[in-house]
Amino acid sequence: MLIKRTNRSDSKECDVTDEKIYLNRREIVKNMGFLGAGTLLTTTAAASVFDLFGDDTPPALFKQTNLEFTSDKPFAEELTPEEKTITHNNFYEFGAQKNQPAELGQGFKVDPWQLKISGEVEKPFTLDYDDLYSSFDLEERIYRLRCVEAWSMVVPWIGFSLADLVKRAKPTSKAKYLAFETLYDPKQMPGQRNRRLGGGIDYPYLEGLRIDEAMNPLALMSVGLYGKTLPPQNGAPIRLVVPWKYGFKSIKSVVGIKFVEKQPSTTWNILAPNEYGFYANVNPEVDHPRWSQASERRITTGGIFAQNRIATLPFNGYGDQVAGLYKGMNLRKLY
Amino acid sequence: MAITVSQKAIPYLKALVHLAALYPIVNLYYQAINDRLGADPVEAVIHFTGIGAINLLLLSLSISPAAKFFKIGALIHFRRMIGLYAFVYALCHILNFLSFEVQFDLRLFIDEIFERPYITVGMTAFLFLTALAVTSMAKIRRKMKKNWQKLHNFTYLIVLLGVVHFYWSVKSEIIEPLIYFALYVMLMGFRHQKVRGWIKKRRPQ
Repeated sequence: MLIKRTNRSDSKECDVTDEKIYLNRREIVKNMGFLGAGTLLTTTAAASVFDLFGDDTPPALFKQTNLEFTSDKPFAEELTPEEKTITHNNFYEFGAQKNQPAELGQGFKVDPWQLKISGEVEKPFTLDYDDLYSSFDLEERIYRLRCVEAWSMVVPWIGFSLADLVKRAKPTSKAKYLAFETLYDPKQMPGQRNRRLGGGIDYPYLEGLRIDEAMNPLALMSVGLYGKTLPPQNGAPIRLVVPWKYGFKSIKSVVGIKFVEKQPSTTWNILAPNEYGFYANVNPEVDHPRWSQASERRITTGGIFAQNRIATLPFNGYGDQVAGLYKGMNLRKLY
Repeated sequence: MAITVSQKAIPYLKALVHLAALYPIVNLYYQAINDRLGADPVEAVIHFTGIGAINLLLLSLSISPAAKFFKIGALIHFRRMIGLYAFVYALCHILNFLSFEVQFDLRLFIDEIFERPYITVGMTAFLFLTALAVTSMAKIRRKMKKNWQKLHNFTYLIVLLGVVHFYWSVKSEIIEPLIYFALYVMLMGFRHQKVRGWIKKRRPQ
């Protein structure tokens, strides 16, 4: 029997296809000797055929574009492969199963987009789609992402400091918290119009940060990953990334950031206050009531035997940068 | 009209059931080992085998009502093997958790069983199911006489515990476990006389 051994570094067959060709494969197939019938079978016609079967399959893949940015210094830990980062998502607006957002989100329209900055600020403003990429300096930041479900990834995000956005808005003395809101558009987001698909959550999804947390240099407004704009399943066109907190704090597809005086309500905290707190800092010493948070499975390459369980670090390993924010607080109570 | 299945056909039909039960799980591990099971193959194999076990348990509960309703007595021949496959799937479910989720951290494994109520419930169901699996042989059945039926009535509790375990394990997506609960209630409905009998017996005379 031939036993073929491969090294992790070996290229696999699937690595060979040029990505542009891969992303445009449907177009390419259409253009290959299919022109005659292809002109009759326009994408809208194809979509309506799918609709007959109640299928949500969109006619085309979401298009990501390359971004220009300054790069982060190399990161010691292995990156999660892009293919895994963009197919394993908790984004219940597009379905509560991990694979669903990548499948049901492809038709998501992000242009035009409006991100409104409002509330207790001297200079409220709105970022349109193009502004998201041009208003602030874009840089790459490689962060660990620790899900509250005890798995983790390492993702190269592209974005700008949330602090830059806060400074531009000039918060008043009353601004103590930031309240974030995801787009509410049941027409585009099947999880918002179907309770089973949406996991029984009341939408829109809400999140919040204390203003000093928002000013921390680690807090990122991300518009891209792996060198390109965000795909829908990862929160296109703009999302928050707060790497020292559990993943659900990093709200996706944000349309509103409101500066407020009182601690805002947040979605998972409303749903199960004994399981998900407002702060949700990664903390190996405070378990989720139904599972341990002491360790996590890091999602990298390889099959079922290559999945590594590693110790979870306080503040997801960012303690030296953020622990000061919580001095004197009882993090067992304020989980 | 009663449907009769010839005795000769039964071994072939059984082979078919073996295939239908084994193929998904062989395919599952093949995909999982080759990293073709999505980004998190660990979660995928745990969920697949867990849901598979509940499906098979509900299927085993539906056999005797179906045999009566459609008058296909031969269906009873398949009940034990379906029950045993439910055990196989549940065993895989737990082995997946032990080997791929906690990765043989035995302390964590045992802590989780006792500290997390939903895992305690699931493990309880599995221990009962194990008792049924090891007493499923005809020889033991004959030896146990009346006690065999008493023990195997625990099936109804096992399925309930399995559904509760599922309901309790999800974050907010409770609709699917609720559908399973509804199916369970329906299947128990076919046994209402039996259930009433137990309730009467327990009441003081």
